Amino acid sequence: MPYEAFKDNEYIEKLVSELRASGTNVLVGTLDKLINWGRSNSLWPLTFATSCCGIEFVSLGAARFDMARFGWEVARASPRQADFMMVAGTIVNRMVPVFRRLYDQLAEPKYVIACGGCAISGGPFRKSYHVAKGIEDIVPVDVYVPGCPPRPEAMIYGIMQLSRKVKVERFFGGVNRQEDQKKFLAEHPVPGVDD
Amino acid sequence: MANLQEKIAAKFPQATFEEADILQVNIPDAQLHDLAKTLRDDEDFAFDYLVTIVGMDWTDSLGCVYYLTSTRHSHHISIKTSTTDRDNPMLHSLADLWRIAVFYEREVYDFFGIIFIGNPDMRRLFLSIDWKGYPLRKDYDMNPELNPVSIENERQSDFTYTYVETPDGKVEKKEVPIFKEDDFVVNIGPQHPATHGVLRFRTALDAETIKKIDVYMGYIHRGVEKLCENLTYPQTLHFMDRLDYFSAHNYHHGLCLCIEKAAGIEAPRRAQVIRVMMDELSRIASHCLFIGTFCMDLGATTMLFYTLRVREQILDIMEKTCGARMTFNYDCIGGVMADLDPDFVKDVKALLAVLPDNIKEYNKVFTGNIIARNRMEGVGVLTREDAISYAVTGPSGRASNWACDVRKTDPYSIYPELDFEEVTRTEGDSMARFKVRIAEMEQSAKILEQLIDNIPEGDYCAKVPKVLKLPVGHWFQLVEGCRGAFGVYIESDGSTQPYRLKIAPPCLPLACVVDHITSGNKIADLITIGGSLDYIVPDMDR
Ligand code: SF4
Repeated sequence: MPYEAFKDNEYIEKLVSELRASGTNVLVGTLDKLINWGRSNSLWPLTFATSCCGIEFVSLGAARFDMARFGWEVARASPRQADFMMVAGTIVNRMVPVFRRLYDQLAEPKYVIACGGCAISGGPFRKSYHVAKGIEDIVPVDVYVPGCPPRPEAMIYGIMQLSRKVKVERFFGGVNRQEDQKKFLAEHPVPGVDD
Repeated sequence: MANLQEKIAAKFPQATFEEADILQVNIPDAQLHDLAKTLRDDEDFAFDYLVTIVGMDWTDSLGCVYYLTSTRHSHHISIKTSTTDRDNPMLHSLADLWRIAVFYEREVYDFFGIIFIGNPDMRRLFLSIDWKGYPLRKDYDMNPELNPVSIENERQSDFTYTYVETPDGKVEKKEVPIFKEDDFVVNIGPQHPATHGVLRFRTALDAETIKKIDVYMGYIHRGVEKLCENLTYPQTLHFMDRLDYFSAHNYHHGLCLCIEKAAGIEAPRRAQVIRVMMDELSRIASHCLFIGTFCMDLGATTMLFYTLRVREQILDIMEKTCGARMTFNYDCIGGVMADLDPDFVKDVKALLAVLPDNIKEYNKVFTGNIIARNRMEGVGVLTREDAISYAVTGPSGRASNWACDVRKTDPYSIYPELDFEEVTRTEGDSMARFKVRIAEMEQSAKILEQLIDNIPEGDYCAKVPKVLKLPVGHWFQLVEGCRGAFGVYIESDGSTQPYRLKIAPPCLPLACVVDHITSGNKIADLITIGGSLDYIVPDMDR
């Protein structure tokens, strides 16, 4: 990928202009920047791998692709300590409630990356009787990384995209992504639980 | 084979015989148990290894095909039995003869709804208890509204069922609790780093000692077998990459061999050599990852970086030839997809040059380490008899001194010409399973050394008809994956799509045996034992 293409990021630019449009207080804006600088450079993933894509995620952690360069190497086994969830692998009917619960257990602010064809749409198993056709009906998704499995480089790009997103977000008030998330959760409630 | 047939015919006059690739005995359900018992216990037969049970729906009847092998005489047989009752199909269970049969029968029940009389644990294996219908039946209703994707927790039961036959021939359903009244049950998984994927153990504990484990599967059951029934033969191949993704080449090889056997195609010699080399490269890469993750489970994270170094080198070789790091889809019917990369020979030689030093390093860093030895030696012992009864094949079976390497017992492709040893050990503990894998890497390297300078010239793929139809019939093929014997069963009705494609994965028995080997051990040893068995969850769930 040429470097210019890497920096050419229409999506993020659009997000930034949307956020800027509402204007912000200088003090809060500076604080936001500081906090987001910290947050975006230490995104901790939840170890969540159901199948093949997860193995590429393991490669990502090892010396060759070395995600420690970006501050993502602190893979947590507990959702309570993680910032984002890399959904690497197929999600099947039986796994759906467990997966949703893991998402609910992540501490705010939280993000989801749909990694690989299966997480995006069901992938090669889309026609199966026991596969969820994409995770976007179950949890709100921030970044999609296509591939079957995506190469580790693609995963790196995906997570970088997420950290850029985090950087331009407003931690305090204003228009931010967390509101979309609230809307999503209101539309997809877990039965028997009300926040 | 004729000899076997005569002996069976003498004892069971009702039996009829079919000559397929393996002798097949058709027997009514009433004699099934007697026949199976004779086949297992009679010295001349000694069929002590139940390879798989293939559930079948022939639309007019439902039934099973049992594949048996004798480890002593190394002969094979299959038994076919069926019932015409579609509403309430029942067959007799063989769970008292082979311990793995408990799980195989549960799988058949899950997919076809056949109830096995006498099976102590007649629950569904992969699908939830509220699942409507039996998916592998031909008349299964695929409507997603019947079985919707739901974020509501699935209903679970602490009870299982068993069906017993009363002396007057009636069948009674009995409810049996899975755990005892005062058992302390801890739930491990499905989201747990040490279960290597989404497997769940319901573990009954007595203080720190494990009393019983109820293995709960299906968290990655993707319904591959049903999907295959609506795809043409070449299209079915790509699923093989996604079962045990480390044995992608080996599984492809197995399915290709099975289809080629049925269609009467022979791959050219160059393709055969390439396939075997890819299989062995996969084996080295797979065992490398095993060592890395297993050591990481035991707390030695550094090993992962050492072993992935070699794995990355192998992935580079594969990427140059196959075009991908994983899910290669390289073997195809009649040969392989593309010719070798010009750098292949050079790269493999470079790998072979560094491999011995790497293995030495692994041994130096980990194998002799006192902490590792304390945690592995004598932990999780599996005897040879139990390994066979549970059908635990592959390196784990060989660590229990069962010479079960398909490359030696039922050689395929060019393996008979190659000089390599089958590694076995006698201890049967976690350390033995670990050491067998290290030694197997050396043997794979030996195979590669023999082949690397002798890759014959010629075509890499035979001429295969564009629209491939198999004749009516059924075929079974076993190959050696990285974790054990991988079987494929194809039944064809003469069309371009398989009527039934059954995958017999090596990892299902590996997970089923966990309860048996862990009971009496400490809970911390569960991690060691599970890691040393090295199961891949998408493979067992399919
Ligand atoms: S997207 Fe492909 S590689 Fe990833 S989990 Fe699905 S099948 Fe496996």
